[in-house]
Amino acid sequence: MIVGERKPVAEILEMTKGYDRIFVAGCGTCVTVCLAGGEKEVSVLSSLLRISGKKTGHKVKVVEGTIERQCEREWVGEMKDKVKDADAVLSMACGIGVQLVAEMYPEKPVFPALNTTLMGFPTKHAVWLENCRACGDCMLHLTGGICPITRCAKQMLNGPCGGSLNGKCEIDSEIDCAWALIYEKLKATNRLDWMSKIQPPKRWDIAGHGGPRKTVKEEEVVP
Amino acid sequence: MKAGSNLEKILEKGQFAVTCECGPPKSANGDVIRQKAKMIKGKVDAANITDNQAAIVKLSSFAAATILLKEGIEPVMQITARDRNRIAIQSDLLGASAVGIRNVLLLTGDHQKLGNHPEAKGVFDLDSIQMIDMARRMRDERRFQNGEVMDVPPKLFIGAAENPLAEPAEYRVPRLEKKVVAGADFVQTQGVFDVERFEKWMAAVRSQGLHKKVHIIAGVVPLKSLGTAKFVNDKVLGMTVPDSLFERMKKASDAKAEGVKIAVETIEALRKIEGVQGVHIMAIEWEEKVPEIVEKAGLLPRPVA
Repeated sequence: MIVGERKPVAEILEMTKGYDRIFVAGCGTCVTVCLAGGEKEVSVLSSLLRISGKKTGHKVKVVEGTIERQCEREWVGEMKDKVKDADAVLSMACGIGVQLVAEMYPEKPVFPALNTTLMGFPTKHAVWLENCRACGDCMLHLTGGICPITRCAKQMLNGPCGGSLNGKCEIDSEIDCAWALIYEKLKATNRLDWMSKIQPPKRWDIAGHGGPRKTVKEEEVVP
Repeated sequence: MKAGSNLEKILEKGQFAVTCECGPPKSANGDVIRQKAKMIKGKVDAANITDNQAAIVKLSSFAAATILLKEGIEPVMQITARDRNRIAIQSDLLGASAVGIRNVLLLTGDHQKLGNHPEAKGVFDLDSIQMIDMARRMRDERRFQNGEVMDVPPKLFIGAAENPLAEPAEYRVPRLEKKVVAGADFVQTQGVFDVERFEKWMAAVRSQGLHKKVHIIAGVVPLKSLGTAKFVNDKVLGMTVPDSLFERMKKASDAKAEGVKIAVETIEALRKIEGVQGVHIMAIEWEEKVPEIVEKAGLLPRPVA
């Protein structure tokens, strides 16, 4: 899932300064599950905005609302009445949601309340590990289901660098060396022969370095 | 001869090679390189110019290698994948060859997070093995990474680095083999203190016949003080200083002299290991000791290739 975390309150107050009617919009999917931008977090942030308004003497009306998904037009369309009544929208969705709301309501300023941090899964309650960078050319079948693009700090494709030590990464001894994990997994599954195959340079154009990407499922596109 | 460098000739003749590290300054002062060049002239076969080592900004390896050339010392120009993509690396390989730099050492590079600009964007378009493979194809097949053909290929003696004692140890030899298959002509290892462990690695290297396919140059780091020993042990990736050497450095009345003595003994021990074809002395900001170490190790005069 897409994981995010709320920006510091001071930063949020700075971006919403001067707006009298703020719609705090939550998203019911990824950011709800990662405890960053669901109904509960919308309520907490709204309270903070109201308290700050009282403290500073700036009367601010805060309206709350959480929809199923801010990354789909149908759902975002359902927000229209609340958006209309507000003079700014504070979206608690990931960056995708913020952008769709901004696009669908061109006359309204839309601000992000979260920093979108990663795509990954939880390793335990409230801890998420980055697992995928959407590089456009999955090689997990060759690397024991462990992504070196995401989990190796140098995105090595041909085994660990010289800084890998005792299974840990050179940048932080708390971080697992992706290639140490890959090695163990390939060994356990009798695929160590793959380690000796030289992987050619990666196509970084389709990994995001070739300009904005677009995915089209031709047969489904309605002209 | 692939590139016809002094280092290549010496190694190909089977003579024991001596290289050292020559770190560029953290300023625009080219005289630092000139001074270091004067210290080591005639004492080594080639000198490595590090490329923003430890991800700390230094005078560029290309410029420093050019200065060394002018001073009459053969450079080994280091290039990392951290700060350059395949376009820049190929460009530098062509340029290096054009100005007469013949030896290159291709590394992935220390991560920028460890250096003095930890907020920088890392490049890592290629890894070291892909860089080596690309350089070999440029030289031998006259092809760029994209397959296009060039009319004048670069003359390169291609080096790789290896950290023989890093864990998981069982993967270090296969990784060396991968670098050899990719096209490494010589390998310079991380500094060796624990000769016994290094010997075991070399036995594994020999069992795969790799010592016959690539020239192996063992790294030696002279210890300037007990503090250096601690620093190297704790901070330098993959280098472990055995307790016995800590003890010697601690007890020594003249730590610097003891450090030189240990380096000389290490070189003598490494020289006896089958398959070790040279030593690479990394006297970090202590280059003035290189001549003394080389002399005491009985490696002077250097052969004229």
